[in-house]
Amino acid sequence: MSDAHAVQIDAVSRVFASGRRTVTALDDVSLTVAPGEFVSLIGPSGCGKSTLLRLVADLDAPSAGTVSVFGKTAKQARLDQDYGIAFQQAGLLPWRTVAANIALPLELHKAPASARRSRVAELLALVGLEDFAGHYPDQLSGGMQQRVAIARALAEKPRLLLMDEPFGALDEMTRERMQTELVRLSAETGAAVVFVTHSIPEAVFLSDRVVVMSPRPGRVTRVIELALGPAAERGERLRESTDFYAAVTAVREALHGEGAALPVGVETR
Amino acid sequence: MRSSRLSAVWRAVVPPVVFGVLLIAAWQAFVVGAQIKPFLLPAPSAIWQMIHQNPGLIWRASLVTGGNALVGLIAGALVAVVLAAVAAAVRVIDHLSAPIVAAIAVLPIVAVAPVLYTMFGAGSQLPRQIVAGIAAFAPVFLNTLRGLRQVRPIHRELMTAYAATPWQATRAVTLPGALPHLFSGVNVAASLAVISALVAEYFGGPQTGLGSLITSAAANSGYAAAWAYVVGAIIVGLVFYLATLGLERAVSRGRVA
Repeated sequence: MSDAHAVQIDAVSRVFASGRRTVTALDDVSLTVAPGEFVSLIGPSGCGKSTLLRLVADLDAPSAGTVSVFGKTAKQARLDQDYGIAFQQAGLLPWRTVAANIALPLELHKAPASARRSRVAELLALVGLEDFAGHYPDQLSGGMQQRVAIARALAEKPRLLLMDEPFGALDEMTRERMQTELVRLSAETGAAVVFVTHSIPEAVFLSDRVVVMSPRPGRVTRVIELALGPAAERGERLRESTDFYAAVTAVREALHGEGAALPVGVETR
Repeated sequence: MRSSRLSAVWRAVVPPVVFGVLLIAAWQAFVVGAQIKPFLLPAPSAIWQMIHQNPGLIWRASLVTGGNALVGLIAGALVAVVLAAVAAAVRVIDHLSAPIVAAIAVLPIVAVAPVLYTMFGAGSQLPRQIVAGIAAFAPVFLNTLRGLRQVRPIHRELMTAYAATPWQATRAVTLPGALPHLFSGVNVAASLAVISALVAEYFGGPQTGLGSLITSAAANSGYAAAWAYVVGAIIVGLVFYLATLGLERAVSRGRVA
């Protein structure tokens, strides 16, 4: 059993059958993510990036190929709770307070009440929601709800964080603030992150590596290494630097490299 | 802030109260002015006099009818919730129960009261409680089942991602999600239970409840007395409605309506 990779995806395909037609969402995709590495999956709608994330989370199974997480099968990693996950929708339970929502995974895995309380307090501080512990989700803004969802994903100190467009529904300003927070959080926790997005600046700002995907069938077309400095030093200044623009351009060219023939994608989320 | 909330309460309470008082005053003026015979319509003052003279009688009758409705409501709701849980979990039972539930929902339940009186004897309150229970069953069952089925996909995936056992997922997501539906079913069922318990008394049984007393008072030309018992019936119905509405509000706390 090797712990060398946080995620190892090996020649994975996923074919959906819809009626008589079959749709190849992923075709022969291979990818590895190192422990502590921040990897973004980017591509137009229908390129299978969300499907790939769901395979890693064991919310879906590949048609061919293997997915291993920390050297185990994806299913075993899910049962062992090796990852935390956040979706585009916050998906909070509306009848639970903010604190109780964050405590949910700890409750399900039978953490003792005292440990639960102190961990929830820690997480509330981490996402800056100390004053909202007793609020209900419908009393919070979209950005605050998403912070609660991220705190919930971090509750059990996972070594791997899976995020499916978690900032997709937020306005630009909130989004940039959340990105800065996420970079800080991932640096502090040392967790590997697989981050699905269709925003180029977002992928560039957050990632160590950007995986560019193309649709129909979903394939990895380019993997771009970024060297924008250690996560802890990334701030608002970075967004205005020439390195940042150069990286954004590189990713954009990789995305559009397939030429003008990019078909209008079908959402497969 | 507090004063504005207070004035909001005033705005909500004062108009209906004023309207009610005016209506009763108009009724009184009409009955007295047009010299309406009491068997057609007694004056509010006469009804009030009856209530004032026999508060104990109305109170005891209300307890009997309200008690029957309460026993029926609780029993009917419990059976409905258990059956809904089973139907939500086991598809076959859902299919088997659907026609029976539909039949119960359309059955004129009070019509079975005479049959029940012969089954359990005319001295028993049980037939009335059964009638109220059957009336309460359908709305609670249907609402609860709908609530149990309305688990959002994202919550289901979250439970999978947390490797939650089926029972954990049920307790953390399905049951709390279904509670507001359950209690809005109970709210509907509460009024039905009171009406059914009351009307079941028209068909026989012990002469202690509001329904029996309304019929016997009317038969003995005690028109104002009959109306006094009707007032009691209205109050029992209101208490049931408001209590279950309060329950529904309480469990819906913190949700987007």
